[in-house]
Amino acid sequence: MTFNLVYRPYGERSILIEWPSVIDEDTLFNVLSFKDKILKENIELIIEINHAYNSLLIVYKNYLIDFNNQVSLLKKIYKQKEKLIGSVFKQWRIPVCYDAVFGIDLEAMSQSKSFSKEDIIKRHSQATYTVYFIGFLPGFLYLGGLDEALHFPRKETPRLKIKKGAVAIGGNQTGVYPNESPGGWNIIGNTPISFFDVTSNNPCFAKSGDRIKFHPISLEKYRDIETLVNAGVYQMESEVLDG
Amino acid sequence: MVKVIKPGFFSTIQDFGRMGCQHYGVPYSGVMDSYSASIANAILGNNKNAAVIEMTMTGATLQFNCDTIICISGADMSPQLNSNKIKPHKSIPVKTGDVLSFGKLNYGFRSYLAVSGGFNTEVIMDSRSMYRDITSKLVLSKNYELPISNFILNNIKHASIKVNTSHFTSKQIEVFKGPEFDLLSVEQQEKLFSTAFTISKENNRMAYQFNETLVNDLPSIITSSVLPGTIQLTPSGKLIILMKDCQTTGGYPRVLQLKETSINILSQKFTGQNITFKLVKN
Repeated sequence: MTFNLVYRPYGERSILIEWPSVIDEDTLFNVLSFKDKILKENIELIIEINHAYNSLLIVYKNYLIDFNNQVSLLKKIYKQKEKLIGSVFKQWRIPVCYDAVFGIDLEAMSQSKSFSKEDIIKRHSQATYTVYFIGFLPGFLYLGGLDEALHFPRKETPRLKIKKGAVAIGGNQTGVYPNESPGGWNIIGNTPISFFDVTSNNPCFAKSGDRIKFHPISLEKYRDIETLVNAGVYQMESEVLDG
Repeated sequence: MVKVIKPGFFSTIQDFGRMGCQHYGVPYSGVMDSYSASIANAILGNNKNAAVIEMTMTGATLQFNCDTIICISGADMSPQLNSNKIKPHKSIPVKTGDVLSFGKLNYGFRSYLAVSGGFNTEVIMDSRSMYRDITSKLVLSKNYELPISNFILNNIKHASIKVNTSHFTSKQIEVFKGPEFDLLSVEQQEKLFSTAFTISKENNRMAYQFNETLVNDLPSIITSSVLPGTIQLTPSGKLIILMKDCQTTGGYPRVLQLKETSINILSQKFTGQNITFKLVKN
C-alpha cells in the first residue's frame, strides 16, 4: 500500500513526513514499514527517526543544505518493497489492579456513565490495544483501541502527582503513567509492571505495532508481583503474534 | 571533585543532550544556550560535548577539592574566586580549597561553568544532562559532590574568544515556518510578526510562554513529533515555545520553529523581557 505523503522541512536539520490525518493501523504499519526501510539503509547522517500516529520525523546530524535532494532519496526508499517481514510483534499481558485503592476515578466515571465499576473494568480489560508510539513521557505508550463506551473527558484541573503505574483514561485514549508525574487523565487502576527502565538496553519492553492486554488482578496479587518486579525477577507474559 | 556549597536558583549538569532516544519518549535535554557553553569548553580546549554546570538566574557557590582550570560564559552573574572578581571567557586556574561564587546578575539569564576535562557525572543514554527519571539527580543540591579530573597547573593556554554582545541584547528571534504555519489566517500571521511578545513567568527548561495571546480557533492536531524551538499555538491562543527539556510529541499546531541560534538567544531572556519574531527561509 502506498499513501500520498507530504515532506516538509522542520527547522534546520529535520524532515517531517506526513500521512493523511487519520489514526488507524494501516497508516501505523505503513509508517513503521517506511521507518524500517530508512533504518536498513544505514544513512550515517541520520541521528534520530521518530514516528507518531501519522508522521515520521527524521533528524540529521548536519544542517540540511539540499532539502529536495534528501526528499528524492527518501521517496526512492519509500517505493522499495516492504521489508517489515521479519519484524516480530508481541502481545503483552499487563496485570492491573482496579481496586478502589488505585482506581480513584472509577466511582466518578461509573456514576457519570451509569455503568457499574465492574462493567468499566470488564470493557477496559477485554479490549486488545495496539501500541502506536512512545511519547509525552519516557516510556509512555500511545495505545489505540479503547472501547468507545469508555471515552471520558480529561479532568479540568490536572492532578499534580499521579502515581507511577497508574492506568488511566483521557478522552478517547487509555495509557499507563510510566513514572510519577502530573496529569489530567482519569485514574482507573495501577500496574506493578515497570514501563520504563533507564538501566536496560531496551528501556521499554513494548514497541510500536505490539499489542497490550490488561488483565485484572487482586490487591494481594498486585503486592506479590510488585515484590517480584522490585527484586528484578518478574517474568513478563507475552506471546508472539502471527502475521 | 567540586563540592556544592550553595546550588543557586536552578543549576544542572548539561552537555549537548540525548540523541536517538526520542522514540522512547526521552527528551533531548542539553545546554539551553549551546553558543555560550561551547565558548567555555572551547577556551579550555575541552571536547565540545564536555559537561558543564548551567546556572539559572543566580549562581552557585562551589568549593574545589582539586586543582583545575575553569572558564565561565553566558550570563554575567558577577563571578568571584575567593571573593576576588574574575573575568568570563578566560582560562582561570583554580587551586584545591578555592571557592567560586557569584553575585549580581548583570545581563543574560543562564551562566555556564566549564572545568578542564568536563564534569564526570553519570552518563545515562549517552549523556550527562540531568532529567527527571533519567539521571538520579535532577538538579544540583547542597553538599553534592561533582567528580572532575585533577589537572596539573602548568602550561595554561591563554585562549580567548570575542563574544558577540548582540547575543544578550538582541530582541529579534528568527523563526522558520512550522509544519502547521499555513493553517494560520493572514491576520494571525500579521499579529505574530508585529507583536512585541513579553516573556511570562512560565519560562523554564521545558518551555517559554508569553503574556500576549493570539485570537485562535485552530483545533488541535493528531499528536505528532515536536522539537526544541517549536512554537505551539494552543486552542486558547497561548504560544508555547518548547525548549531543550520539552516532551517528544505534542498535539497543538506547530506554527513556527526557532532557528537553533535563536534558541540560544531566547535562553538568555527572562520574565518581563520583550522579543519579536522574524520569519526566515529554511
